[in-house]
Amino acid sequence: MTENALTIRGLNKVYKNKVVALDNIDLNVGMGDFFALLGPNGAGKSTLIGILTSLINKSAGKVQIMGFDIDTHFSCAKSQIGLVPQEFNFNSFEPLIEIIKSQAGYYGLDRKSATDAAEDCLHKLDLWDKRKHTPRELSGGMKRRLMIARALVHDPKLLILDEPTAGVDIEVRRSMWELLSKINGEGKTIILTTHYLEEAENLCKSIAIIDHGKVIIDTSMGNLLEKLNEESFILYLQYPLKGTPILKDFQFKLINKKTIEVTLTNQKSLFDLFSLLNDQDITVLSIRNKSNRLEEMFIKLTSNKSN
Amino acid sequence: MTLIEQSIALRTLVIKEIRRFLRIWVQTILPPAITMTLYFIIMGKFIGSQIRAIDGYSYIEFIAPGLIMMSIITNSYANSVSSFYSSKFQRHIEEMLVSPMPNYIIIIGFMLGGIARGLIVGTAVTIVAMFFTKLQIHNLSLVIFTAIITSALFSAAGIINGVFANSFDDISIIPTFILTPLTYLGGVFFSVAMLPSFWQSISLANPILYMVNSFRLGILGITDVNAVVAIIIMTGFLISLFCVCLYLLNKGIGIRN
Repeated sequence: MTENALTIRGLNKVYKNKVVALDNIDLNVGMGDFFALLGPNGAGKSTLIGILTSLINKSAGKVQIMGFDIDTHFSCAKSQIGLVPQEFNFNSFEPLIEIIKSQAGYYGLDRKSATDAAEDCLHKLDLWDKRKHTPRELSGGMKRRLMIARALVHDPKLLILDEPTAGVDIEVRRSMWELLSKINGEGKTIILTTHYLEEAENLCKSIAIIDHGKVIIDTSMGNLLEKLNEESFILYLQYPLKGTPILKDFQFKLINKKTIEVTLTNQKSLFDLFSLLNDQDITVLSIRNKSNRLEEMFIKLTSNKSN
Repeated sequence: MTLIEQSIALRTLVIKEIRRFLRIWVQTILPPAITMTLYFIIMGKFIGSQIRAIDGYSYIEFIAPGLIMMSIITNSYANSVSSFYSSKFQRHIEEMLVSPMPNYIIIIGFMLGGIARGLIVGTAVTIVAMFFTKLQIHNLSLVIFTAIITSALFSAAGIINGVFANSFDDISIIPTFILTPLTYLGGVFFSVAMLPSFWQSISLANPILYMVNSFRLGILGITDVNAVVAIIIMTGFLISLFCVCLYLLNKGIGIRN
């Protein structure tokens, strides 16, 4: 039994137009992990996923999926993966049940097992009532769920989701979060790429950030967030300010008379801030993060790299 | 993937392919039957009645095997090229590419879909032909062999076209500018023995001539070419085209980045 669900060593991809999409990538994803693979547009995430799923040919390097090398144990490696691609890629004229059963068949599941697995997935993804419909008749959220159902039908050990919640409303997104957490809880390793960093922060245990084809961070979510040495908050005040508050050792700016933006460094706590405000009879009605913590870290890391 | 799993994957793909063209039978099965009916009426009855017998057969009897073969060729090609290209266009070919299914199973699956359509349309056209002429089978094994190998060959050719096609226009260029002229010049409507010797030699370079004549030999018992040579040429073409398909898919040309 291997320790890693995914092991990547020295992975390179240079496209025909000489664009280096991946530059000597090393990455490990632990068994049972919920792994966020983040990066700005064009960073190389989709290329990496394409190589893992054999939709893109690599230029160099080694990839092992559940211990199976994709070069030497191609078939075994592919059997371990379920892919939810970024774009809808099903036959729009086929009924849902047939799409899922066909996918099971491609993985070698006999007719009965394929039917059972397809029905199970459709129930699980709440698509059973639509089983005889074609994808054209589905909403965007349902289509996303269909892609997850299709990826799960052969019971893969590693589920790869390439921006699975792109373009879906918040309600659907939250229901998908629940579903993905449940799937991960059942023991499946999940690799998730997303531009919603709140999603990655809420769901994932580990994270790698890719930028310009290189891994610039590869750690646990906790470790990464600990490295965040400053955090900005928006404070909504009960009464308008009469003058500029004295907030020594804090960076702040007045957004308007009832709103302040304050940046905390590691050395200062919210308690210190509130004590100072309290001393000046400034009452805080509510408070929120200026942006998601991971988002701040992400912007810092990727902009550092760009600079 | 074990052999049993591969056979399941193949069966899945073939069923999907057959279901695809049967679902749109009004576009896939009916038009060739209607077109061939028109050929039989116009070429066979109206014009054919004015043409003398060829090798002891009336003109309509002579062209019937060629028309059946022509429908097999065009439909097996059309099936695999349109199915392969649309699966590329809609990107659901990725369903197969991410699966552990080997490339040769994907090729055989698409080919069997093309063969199925070619044979179903061929059967439909044969039934139509029986309304106009009496078909006596001279050699059933040769008829079946030629029909299967020709449809397989053109299914493979359709896949190659599908691999390189980047638009729906690209899938009609080969049938329009290559396949149709070769079919028309392949002895469907005439015996090459009727041509001047120079054109006879040129015609012998047309592979469709061997398919049409092999099929005609199976039905009528007459041919312009040596049957063994025809079988060798057809088999050689089939193996070559299959190898080209396999090479293209293994390399990922047109389907993998």
